[in-house]
Amino acid sequence: MIPELGHFALVLALVLALIQAVLPLVGASRNNQSMMAVARPAAQGQFVFVTFAFACLTWAFINSDFSVQLVAVNSNSDTPLMYKITGVWGNHEGSLLLWAMSLSLWTVAVTVFSRHVPQVFLARVLGVLGCISVGFIAFMLVTSNPFDRLLPGAAEGRDLNPLLQDPGMIIHPPLLYMGYVGFSVAFAFAISALLSGRMDAAWARWSRPWTIAAWVFLTAGIMVGSAWAYYELGWGGWWFWDPVENASFMPWLLGTALIHSLAVTEKRGAFRSWTVLLAIGAFSLSLLGTFLVRSGVITSVHAFATDPARGMFILALLVLVIGVSLLLYAWRAPRLTGGGSFGLVSRETTLLGNNVLLAVVSASVLLGTLYPLFLDALNLGKISVGPPYFQAVFVPLMTPVVVLMMFGPYLRWKSDKVGTVVRRLAPAGIASIAIGFGTAFALDHLTWRTVLGLCLAAWVVLASLQLLGGRLRERAGASMSSRLSAIPAAWWGMWTAHFGVGIFIIGVTLVGSIDANLDLRMKAGDQAEFAGYSFSFKGVERIAGPNYDASRATIDLSRDGKPVAVLEPEKRVYRAMGMPMTEAALDIGPFRDVYVSLGEQLPEGDWVVSLHRKPFISWIWAGCILMALGGILAAADRRYRRLAERSAPAGAAQHAV
Amino acid sequence: MKAKFLVPLFLFLLLIGFLGFGLTLNPREVPSPLIDKPAPDFSLARLDQPEQRFGLEQMRGQVWLLNVWASWCVACRQEHPVLVKLARSGVVPIVGLNYKEVRGDGEIDARGMALETETAQAIERARDWLTRHGNPYQLSVMDIDGRVGIDFGVYGVPETFLIDQQGRIRYKQIGPVTAENLEQVLMPKIKELQRAG
Amino acid sequence: MQVERFMSGRRLLATLFAVCAFGGVAAVHAAETGTATPIVADQALEDEVQELSHKLRCLVCQNQSIAESHAPLAVDLRNQVREQLAAGKSKNEVIDYLVERYGDFVLYEPPFKTTTLLLWGGPAALLLGGASWLAFRLRRRAAEAAVQDQLSTAERARARALLAGDAPATADKPSAEEPRS
Repeated sequence: MIPELGHFALVLALVLALIQAVLPLVGASRNNQSMMAVARPAAQGQFVFVTFAFACLTWAFINSDFSVQLVAVNSNSDTPLMYKITGVWGNHEGSLLLWAMSLSLWTVAVTVFSRHVPQVFLARVLGVLGCISVGFIAFMLVTSNPFDRLLPGAAEGRDLNPLLQDPGMIIHPPLLYMGYVGFSVAFAFAISALLSGRMDAAWARWSRPWTIAAWVFLTAGIMVGSAWAYYELGWGGWWFWDPVENASFMPWLLGTALIHSLAVTEKRGAFRSWTVLLAIGAFSLSLLGTFLVRSGVITSVHAFATDPARGMFILALLVLVIGVSLLLYAWRAPRLTGGGSFGLVSRETTLLGNNVLLAVVSASVLLGTLYPLFLDALNLGKISVGPPYFQAVFVPLMTPVVVLMMFGPYLRWKSDKVGTVVRRLAPAGIASIAIGFGTAFALDHLTWRTVLGLCLAAWVVLASLQLLGGRLRERAGASMSSRLSAIPAAWWGMWTAHFGVGIFIIGVTLVGSIDANLDLRMKAGDQAEFAGYSFSFKGVERIAGPNYDASRATIDLSRDGKPVAVLEPEKRVYRAMGMPMTEAALDIGPFRDVYVSLGEQLPEGDWVVSLHRKPFISWIWAGCILMALGGILAAADRRYRRLAERSAPAGAAQHAV
Repeated sequence: MKAKFLVPLFLFLLLIGFLGFGLTLNPREVPSPLIDKPAPDFSLARLDQPEQRFGLEQMRGQVWLLNVWASWCVACRQEHPVLVKLARSGVVPIVGLNYKEVRGDGEIDARGMALETETAQAIERARDWLTRHGNPYQLSVMDIDGRVGIDFGVYGVPETFLIDQQGRIRYKQIGPVTAENLEQVLMPKIKELQRAG
Repeated sequence: MQVERFMSGRRLLATLFAVCAFGGVAAVHAAETGTATPIVADQALEDEVQELSHKLRCLVCQNQSIAESHAPLAVDLRNQVREQLAAGKSKNEVIDYLVERYGDFVLYEPPFKTTTLLLWGGPAALLLGGASWLAFRLRRRAAEAAVQDQLSTAERARARALLAGDAPATADKPSAEEPRS
């Protein structure tokens, strides 16, 4: 009964989405108040029904209702409650429902927090969001109904994929989807702006906090996914350039370009057509990612069970949503020329330069991801494009981005002098090159990649610190607290996120160059020395988990005779699927993780144990967290909370960022 | 409408075209680079007479099929009746390459097993299976460790190679041979090669 | 969703190989209690095997290198890689060996050839295109800025003339000047 209610709620949500899509758009073009007024209640009603449908599906999972096919395939009565809930979105149909729910959550947030936006404009935004919602709910109802019954019901479920039975997988998909889907808001604002011909600083200001919020979610989502891969896959890799990872990374890159481009449009009124194109692009790549994961055109470890019919549907959706918006762009964007002028040496130039570079990086990742498909379609053979390609392309393209990134905040809007900036940044530049080479030499790892990474990291950190110092000296004489509070949150956001990039690069460089690994055979009583630590293998015991059986090893980790940690890596076999899993044990530290995973038991009874030292891996996560934190600070800036509509870009030019 | 603003739309539609075409392709099927190249030579023990060895040269002058199979392979059971029928028709000789009979079976822990034990087990299992399901093969050879399989670029079982009179691989069927693709693809190619020879 | 990212295969293989190639040596070591024995006798060789294996794609898996996968074929191929490297073959020879049998599909780093021209040249072309577009835009912008500067200088001069002269300043207000920040 409850699954049917959920199904019915989904149908009602589709009806409301249709209303939300059609009436406000028509009303906006006819300037019909009552039609536009429908947008808000329709969006909120849709949210209620989608959430209800989601709750129904969750109920079916929690109560192990195996007469629902999705539950029978992705859950088991022995699955712990937390993973029963994770099972709701650990599959194609349920994750689509999560997609739809986050879309309606964003839409409701827009209705609540964008009251200051003029009605016509807002009606168009909600109308566009409604269109997308229609597409996705219809997709679910037509090809991927999560409430499909299994008749007769199964006695027991097949359980959730053990890889997903992990705390990281509880939060990774919701965060990622909030990010993906959040770009739909930026997209809707851009389309609304195209429709109304209103592409001024006010539009940029309305759209900016939403875009940053989506970017924060996406950053956090990608980070959690990466951390999950790191500890769950058993050998400590954290990024594989898998098509599905790329599918989330491409919108991230373009979204990063977008939030910077919006900053320029808001402050200076420039880059308007470029900003609109980026907003369309970021959301298009989100949709493309959805297509890649679910259509089966590309093989990926993370792909959902694939089905060409579903692929066809998403492709049609892509054509409608993106095709129409690009057509609209081609029609309206030519009017968007002009805007604030700026000189060759100015903050605008660095921002535009980095924008172009980020777009090039994104396009290159797209090229690499889809190239095998292109060749295959043209019958020119099958090839694989993997990490070696992406690394070869990504590093050289991102290097100028990171270098330019630190010039931006030092340059003034409109125009500046080369001499001043170079004089201010030359010491930091020289020092970072010295630090880069020096550190690489000290680590005895003088490869170009390590040297480059360390130079860039030092550059970001030094230039950031200098920037902060300069900012604090601005109000000489004032107390420290008043000096700090005089700096707007948006500036702190920018600073924190950029600093986070530096921290991130340190982590990536060091874990990529000086990590160590040793595989041993061990039995109870064995001792091993590795990377300055002693590992004492106490033995292996069999334990029974709720839905798995495991062999759990106990390894005492000590350094110079002092105990550091007790590590308990496991090798599990999940009963329902009979699938083996390695659960690595980690001792996490600020400067290194010690990572131990348990392999096979050898015929002679010894165990294969893999020891890793992962230097500075936490800095990768810390860098991502700082970037996300920077986004939160930027989105929370006071000026976005001023409800009054403002449109003068010149007046805002005194603001930082 | 200025032309340059249509560029994104144009690129997008191009992309959609490829993606749409991509839906009709199977990304998991990898074509063999060995097509139209001489088949890699091997010398393996025969299943029926393990003391005798079999190599390519014994089939020279004939168009023949090399079918990769194993008793643990589920899809092989699916194609087996088709092969048995084909063998009965006498159109083309089929040689079986019994691939990793023992160590390929996920149910068996073959680590530390002596080669003689493994071979003996393999012979028993393979013969048993052929007795039960019929033997379409002129003969089968034993690729215990899968080395010859690697030489042929085998990446899944079953696979079937069509080899011509000069010992060149002319076609590779990935996955089970079905009645349909036997009739539509394999037979015309076999006939053509036989005529040419 | 296919799940094959375990280390088991790799380690198992390494062990098998160590046992096969180095005979009883490893076993004898293991028998003495106390110190754990490395799985492989030759760590340098193993590092090379790992490095190369990470660049080779497992054919039967969804998208994994033969270093990550524990699929039997991946184990076999890694075995081949190890054996051939141990026999003194160069990495390129090993790569050629695999490409001959499985095609370019096994390489995660696609080879340079006509069909991959666009793949390898694409990013550079995009960069070049982006950079020249940027240069074009910036030049135009800078020219516009210069024109505006001249304009505002002219306007300023006119305004000064108007203010200095006896004509009433009706048309241009001096504050119409671009704010400069």
